[in-house]
Amino acid sequence: MAIHPPKALIWWDEPVERTELVWITVAFLWGLVMFGTMIVWHFYGKQNLSNEAYRTTPEAFLARTEAFAEKHKVREDGNSGIPVVRPAPGGDAYLLARLWQWWPILELEKGQNYRLHISSLDWQHGFSLLPASINLQIHPGYEMVLTVTPDVAGEFSVVCNEFCGIGHHTMVGRIYVVDKK
Amino acid sequence: MSATEQFRVCPDTGLKVHLPAQALIKANAVAAVIFLAVGGLFGLLVALTRWPAVHLLNAEWFYLVLTGHGANVLLFWIIFFEMAILYFASAILLSSRLAAPRWAWLGFVLMVVGALTANVAVLQGESSVMFTSYVPMKAAPHFYLGLILFAVGALIGCFVFFGTLVVAKEERTYEGSIPLVTFGALTAAIIAVFTIASGAIILVPTLLWSVGIISHIDPLMYKVVWWAMGHSSQQINVSAHVAVWYAIAAIVLGAKPLSEKVSRTAFLLYIGFLQLASAHHLLVEPGISSEWKIFNTSYAMYLAVLGSMIHGMTVPGSIEAAQRQKGFTNGIFQWLRKAPWGNPAFAGMFLSLLMFGFLGGISGVILGTEQLNILMHNTLYVPGHFHGTVVTGTTLAFMAITYLVIPLIFRRELVLPGLARWQPYLFGIGAAGISLFMMGAGTLGVARRHWDITFSDAPLTFEYSAGAFLMLGLNGIAAILATLGGVAYVVVVVGSVLFGKRKDAVAAKPAPAPAAPVAAPVVASYGGAGTMKLPGTITLVSVFFVAFVLYYYVNWKYLAAVWPLR
Repeated sequence: MAIHPPKALIWWDEPVERTELVWITVAFLWGLVMFGTMIVWHFYGKQNLSNEAYRTTPEAFLARTEAFAEKHKVREDGNSGIPVVRPAPGGDAYLLARLWQWWPILELEKGQNYRLHISSLDWQHGFSLLPASINLQIHPGYEMVLTVTPDVAGEFSVVCNEFCGIGHHTMVGRIYVVDKK
Repeated sequence: MSATEQFRVCPDTGLKVHLPAQALIKANAVAAVIFLAVGGLFGLLVALTRWPAVHLLNAEWFYLVLTGHGANVLLFWIIFFEMAILYFASAILLSSRLAAPRWAWLGFVLMVVGALTANVAVLQGESSVMFTSYVPMKAAPHFYLGLILFAVGALIGCFVFFGTLVVAKEERTYEGSIPLVTFGALTAAIIAVFTIASGAIILVPTLLWSVGIISHIDPLMYKVVWWAMGHSSQQINVSAHVAVWYAIAAIVLGAKPLSEKVSRTAFLLYIGFLQLASAHHLLVEPGISSEWKIFNTSYAMYLAVLGSMIHGMTVPGSIEAAQRQKGFTNGIFQWLRKAPWGNPAFAGMFLSLLMFGFLGGISGVILGTEQLNILMHNTLYVPGHFHGTVVTGTTLAFMAITYLVIPLIFRRELVLPGLARWQPYLFGIGAAGISLFMMGAGTLGVARRHWDITFSDAPLTFEYSAGAFLMLGLNGIAAILATLGGVAYVVVVVGSVLFGKRKDAVAAKPAPAPAAPVAAPVVASYGGAGTMKLPGTITLVSVFFVAFVLYYYVNWKYLAAVWPLR
């Protein structure tokens, strides 16, 4: 029994039953398939993170985001006063996370590519784009860059899903995706 | 005191029980149950706050209680219990004396002091940093200090376990190799040493940072090392509860491993590959290469998953073989229908086995797939997954073996056997609901560690779907069910330990014969090559495999619908 020493003194020479052998083979091959699926997706799938990132500082990232917002600002959100910024299609877009805000609001064109730069000014935050279900971890000191192609028009929200203190649940941002005018 | 006076012989099993080891097992098990009760209560408060219609606590208390819930159940309950398992699997199963009981007591005291210190820090309100305490969010210094003391205590326990193995070998208390259950416990202890070392590497600098001696800790580096502790410690749990599955199957049904070689190799796969799991938490972090992510997150081509899938077949397989040996040979599932479902040890163990595989196991692989993680990172899917592993898997298995520890170690009969019979079902179904409904909410995008999913006082808001609210309501109901099961467990355990009928007065009898295997003749003749037919187990693992494959590719389909990213 499992609570007694093995009956056969040389247990590592035991023959393995066919039932077990078949299951081990199936499970091992399934592991290889799952391993391969991740690799294959890098070639044929459309959703892969670039893993492009740079070291930055909160001050530098804030300055660049503010310059970006000033340059491309189209209006202000009525309630919050946060600028709504419409970057050039194919260009760079900046989004910063801080206690407890995603700043600024972005307005993107459907079907266009944007190089999205995201970083945090203070603690770690979680970028959760809803209802599109894209979730990223945002660190202070690291600028994450990824190319996104919004393919559905509509109003999207960015909910923070990394705990960041008492105001965490109020940290919601906005991304509008609009049809080409 | 002479050596023989320190032993009693268990009249039920014939095992020689070292009394100092027995005392340590009792102390650790009692401490475990106390922390389970505290942490479980915190868990109920969390679930009732998440339930939007109830929304019990305010934000400050919610995050405080959530931090306390994680520390008390994920760390203190489980690791105290694991210490009891280590001493049981070494000293008791090998009929040996425990090495250095004084050191073991020192470890126990450190663990108690550490756990209390961390709890004080959390309850003071300055350390609501969640179980993960990601920098640069800072907790009070004694929060980290408490965790470090606790870990040092646990490390001492591991070395007492290793020492006991050496003593038993030297003093020839057993013949041949150590039993499979001890082998599983050894796996857990080896992973524990790696885990605690990682914990020291990250928590000691974090403690120094919190008192101002170190100025900066890189948040990404923190996560890499912290999760080398945080995820690996869950692999201690897996190894320990798989060992518990084998132990219960052996003690209750006389089940013998189908093949010692296969089961032990599966444990070795854990030692070889489980430590790579830190990567599971780094799949959507900035600046980590995909090659690194794919290799590590898959435990080098799913070799540790392979280990669990092997145990998932060999444990029910050994039960089926034992039951068929007893004559339950009709059809595919008579062996399972006629299993002792009224015995809470067996019922808890088998539910743990099923739910660990179907709920915790499959979802863990999905979450740990590089690109699929984009869908669920930091949503409620994550706690849904680990409540499937740690609650329906580990906690239920530990509860189940308690029903054997009380008569064997505490020498008491169970009080309220009727309640005990229902306990695994109440707790198991409740915990399964918690796991499933949180995964459901997570699939709908609901953030974890979030006080108010209605965003009532936020400048910009978002409305989750009605389905998400339904899921969190059902989660609350499941949590109440699990709490009832948890209360039943504590009542039966505390009641039995204090008021249960004493089992024997023959404890001090001098050792007559060496440990004789229990009911050995019944199971002596199967297990050889060519004798084994296990249609029931084959059916079970086939259902599991089909569910796994389908659900895996359903998630890729979800991912394909998301905005293109590169």
